[in-house]
Amino acid sequence: MKRPALLVPIMALLASTTPVAAAPTPGLVADPLASPMWDNHAAWLLGKAPVRFDPAVIVTMPDVTENQHVFPVTVDARALGKVQRIVVLMDLNPLPVAIDYQPQGALPYVSLRIKLDQRTPVRALVLTADGVWHVGGRWIDAAGGGCSAPPVSRVKGDWAQHLGEMRGKLWHEAADTRLRVSVRHPMDTGYVDNIAAYNIETMQVRGADGAALGTMTINGSVSEDPAFTLLLPPTQAGPVSIHMADSNGRTFDGRLAP
Amino acid sequence: MTLSRRAALGLLAAAPVALPARMARAETFAGRYAYDPQPIGPGIWLVRGADEAIVFGNGGAIANAVVMACPQGGAVLFDCGPSLRYAQGLAAVAEKLCHGPVRRVFLSHLHPDHALGTAAFDPAIVAALPATRTELERDGNGFADAMYRILADWMRGTAVALPGATVVPGPIEIAGRRLQAMALKGHSDGDLVLVDEASGTILAGDLVFYDRAPATPDANLAAWRESLATLAALPHHQLVPGHGPLDPSGTAAIAQTRDWLDWLEQALNQAVAQGLDMTEAGSLPIPDRFATVKLARYELQRSVAHFYAGIEAQRLPRIDAGSGNGNG
Ligand SMILES: [Zn+2]
Repeated sequence: MKRPALLVPIMALLASTTPVAAAPTPGLVADPLASPMWDNHAAWLLGKAPVRFDPAVIVTMPDVTENQHVFPVTVDARALGKVQRIVVLMDLNPLPVAIDYQPQGALPYVSLRIKLDQRTPVRALVLTADGVWHVGGRWIDAAGGGCSAPPVSRVKGDWAQHLGEMRGKLWHEAADTRLRVSVRHPMDTGYVDNIAAYNIETMQVRGADGAALGTMTINGSVSEDPAFTLLLPPTQAGPVSIHMADSNGRTFDGRLAP
Repeated sequence: MTLSRRAALGLLAAAPVALPARMARAETFAGRYAYDPQPIGPGIWLVRGADEAIVFGNGGAIANAVVMACPQGGAVLFDCGPSLRYAQGLAAVAEKLCHGPVRRVFLSHLHPDHALGTAAFDPAIVAALPATRTELERDGNGFADAMYRILADWMRGTAVALPGATVVPGPIEIAGRRLQAMALKGHSDGDLVLVDEASGTILAGDLVFYDRAPATPDANLAAWRESLATLAALPHHQLVPGHGPLDPSGTAAIAQTRDWLDWLEQALNQAVAQGLDMTEAGSLPIPDRFATVKLARYELQRSVAHFYAGIEAQRLPRIDAGSGNGNG
């Protein structure tokens, strides 16, 4: 499981508040965003694999952070051709990795909503078949428009009655089949008050023939009531099955009609 | 410096303001608000806000405020800005214009760019609708946190001060200045509108924006449209919007606000129906007829954040086995 590994950057974050600077890791390219955490994250996430900061990784985000708990991000790596993994990373978040997505049969494209804790780089790390990581993204300020009170999670209060409710649809577009899916889930990080961590951990997307189209590892830094857009090849007319599992062992299944 | 666990890891907590950094700068902060009261009728002045987002550079002074002189001396304010400092300066301007003290401060609604200045006044002279008071009790501290994060020193000394007086709809007279108060809603749950009899001016608060895109964080679009119809039917000469310039026609700003809200709702519904994500909806083209509307893209993206998940929850079909729709 990935869970223990995900704790590493938290300790690194705390360690980084001491004045001892981390030695630069050999082989790493200088971070164009000059993030204080990039070298740490690159070391544990990417190891010694080659890294390229690449404009072909298009990360689209709003100009304004209206709701720091529901911040939309779209990663489009279709310009890179065949992709093995897409990792969405917020350098300065306590849970820095939002998702780790393997688009097995899907196109290298994903939209999601994440929680921002403070001003941080938000990036997509995209692994191509040649073993190279392509990285794109920019700094995002978590302070919002100011005219909205920061929303409190769970204000709805009724999440337990709606846990696991899934919504979604397929759209048949010229170059792809667009898949949108959302699920009701509190996505508790474990870092607030006395609420234990509780989140969707995995999502599997399968085509009509049962073949895997996409597999995603999901963390508590994905927003409450997660919602994703994936793009499938236009030949995937549906039905498409969705299987999710959360950290309490509950599973949730949905079926997108053609 | 040690980080508390809450500060380092409080992922969902409204991040507390970095007090030490601000205190260190306190001695050197020299920001000053500028006030340019424009006479718009007998004994009534418009103090314009910047047609911008709330950013450090403008100190949060983005909302309009109105000063009215009482025939028997003293001043009435309609809204009082984002901070203690702003409201103190506004009060000084009003007292000079009106040759007497501020007798009454009306709050149009809860939003911090209009309301956080109340800290400068005796709560007994600050009046708002009951719904506004309720909303300030709910959101005021969250607003203050957010404003401190953006505005830092501009906000020094500002705390949420709840209004001490309740506005009852109907005629109001303050030292000879005659007003009509209306309790409307739609931009928020409590939108106070005043009509100044002497000048025939509607003080619309944030029910009306003019050449500046409407903000929707607490909006109910159906109620907002109803309120705009109510305003359009009032006999009046001119209108002061919550943001943007005076509308001397009295009708153009109402029509533009209505047009924007109609377009926004239709555009977001269509985006959901097409399967667009929030990032894509925030990038939708803005019609040419809104070319003069400032902050159009900014407010579209904010509105996407306010409404999108709710529209999706209404319009996308259930696909889980428990939904009982034959999909399982
Ligand atoms: Zn407002």
